[in-house]
Amino acid sequence: MKPQNKGIWKIIGASSLGTLIEWYDFYIFGSLATVIANQFFPKTNPTAALLSTLATFAAGFIVRPFGALVFGRLGDMIGRKYTFLLTLVLMGGATFGIGLVPGYDKIGFAAPIIVLLLRLLQGLALGGEYGGAATYVAEHAPADKRGYFTSWIQTTATLGLFVSLGVILLTRHGLDSDPAKSIAKFNDWGWRIPFLVSILLVGVSIYIRLKMSESPLYAKLKSEGKTSVNPLKESFAHKGNLKMVLLALFGATMGQGVIWYTGQFYAQSFLENVCKLDFDQSRTILIWAIVFATPFFVVFGSLSDRIGRKWIMIIGMLAGVLLYRPIFTMFKNDTNVKEWLQQELVVVKQDSSTTVLVNQTLAITKTVFQTKDNIQFTETKTDTLQANNMRIADTKPLYSGVTLNTATYTKFAALVFLLILFVTMVYGPIAAFLVELFPTKIRYTSMSLPYHIGNGVFGGLTPFIATLLTTIYTNDALIGLWYPIVVAAVCMIIGTLYINNKIDPNVND
Amino acid sequence: MNKLKRYAGILWMLLGPLTCYFLISTAIAEIKSKPVIDTKIQWAVFVIVFIPIAIGMVIFGWYALQGEYDQLPENSDDVAD
Repeated sequence: MKPQNKGIWKIIGASSLGTLIEWYDFYIFGSLATVIANQFFPKTNPTAALLSTLATFAAGFIVRPFGALVFGRLGDMIGRKYTFLLTLVLMGGATFGIGLVPGYDKIGFAAPIIVLLLRLLQGLALGGEYGGAATYVAEHAPADKRGYFTSWIQTTATLGLFVSLGVILLTRHGLDSDPAKSIAKFNDWGWRIPFLVSILLVGVSIYIRLKMSESPLYAKLKSEGKTSVNPLKESFAHKGNLKMVLLALFGATMGQGVIWYTGQFYAQSFLENVCKLDFDQSRTILIWAIVFATPFFVVFGSLSDRIGRKWIMIIGMLAGVLLYRPIFTMFKNDTNVKEWLQQELVVVKQDSSTTVLVNQTLAITKTVFQTKDNIQFTETKTDTLQANNMRIADTKPLYSGVTLNTATYTKFAALVFLLILFVTMVYGPIAAFLVELFPTKIRYTSMSLPYHIGNGVFGGLTPFIATLLTTIYTNDALIGLWYPIVVAAVCMIIGTLYINNKIDPNVND
Repeated sequence: MNKLKRYAGILWMLLGPLTCYFLISTAIAEIKSKPVIDTKIQWAVFVIVFIPIAIGMVIFGWYALQGEYDQLPENSDDVAD
């Protein structure tokens, strides 16, 4: 059957919209980790609360490979169209559900348990979605434009993140004319809005997807009675296919996963937690970088149709291996509070308050300083007040809310753009690469698993493992980067040695 | 090139157990130094998730050593074998 160009844009649009919404649903949880921690986990220990949320976040990633198996099998047995409709309904329902769960203060431990279950459901649904969408588009695309057409699906993960950041920022600042009150309302109940909005987006996407027809290659296979009876067995118990699954994982997706999450998540986490950047600035920097970098998914996807998929992905990994440390060193050096404290600083604002605890009173002083380069930061000092009003400084001052000047802000946005450019190199051609590796009858299952182990487990755990490394080896703020660097380096070597650069002219078999 | 691919298979086979050793020894050390539930959960998750992947790496290395990747399949019939 000759795939037709006519209507391909409708197919890409319908597939991409649903996938984008699924990524949006998945990422709002991660982006609101701290707020959710306050709502659903015991507040007595903020670190424990944050870790619990991150663990939930990781759980969302770890179940993705299981989603790939469950829905991949369904997709190969009953068809692509109905399977990725099902994943969309599950994802939308779970996201909407999180927006409705009462807080820990209202229903106790039931709250985190329900949230955890819904998060797991999100992970399962996402595990089934991507493989279906990529396969569906690739099976409609002509051979010479497979990289180009599937690259539109590849933009959805980044655009989903972009939309989630945008909706969060708009909600955070749109709940009250007073910015401080708006943020307080957001932290109290407004964070639910991005979750609840999802149901509308999912509704539209379901309507569009219902009108789509089955993939022509799969429909032909089904009409001939050649679909797989046991896709899991054929994918992973047959050596011929298993060796390709392993090659896809260790030679492509594992490196792609860590490059993706370092550029788009660990960078944001680093800017916020190590560089102490202001909440809004760290997010708008990422938004600008995404805006300028996203077209490159299509550029590299299209380029892969002409020069092959392999070397573009390998160069993307190499760039990460060589340039991560220099780029993150620049982030760190340009936000060095210790260095600023040596300068003459201007006090922009100072607020003092007292908090009465059971057996002591704390005096908290927040001072906003400005450097000679117009960079602002907040110093928070906590002193214990004694009965005679004597102050005892019992903690080191904490620094936060670093607000960059325009030049440094632009430099940071350019550096994050570079990080996302590496992402576009490894991620743009990968859907076409994976589709070409496996036969139609077990394609959904076979490509979904290595993708979600690479992207979900190796990639999804990047911010978590990298942060954990900084807590073990406390002397080096950049120690966390060794995780993505080592994984990407191993993947790059395996990919260079074992993957060939041929473009499969025929994915109909 | 095929010789290099095969010999590198030994390296991939060693990488699996090495990762397991590093993972388990770090997990034990971390749990001993911070014996709280969060530490136990996070390291248990890492060990459970990464050990099957390390086994996959050993199988990959074994296939490489056997020359399974000397010539990649040209069509789906070869893959399905």
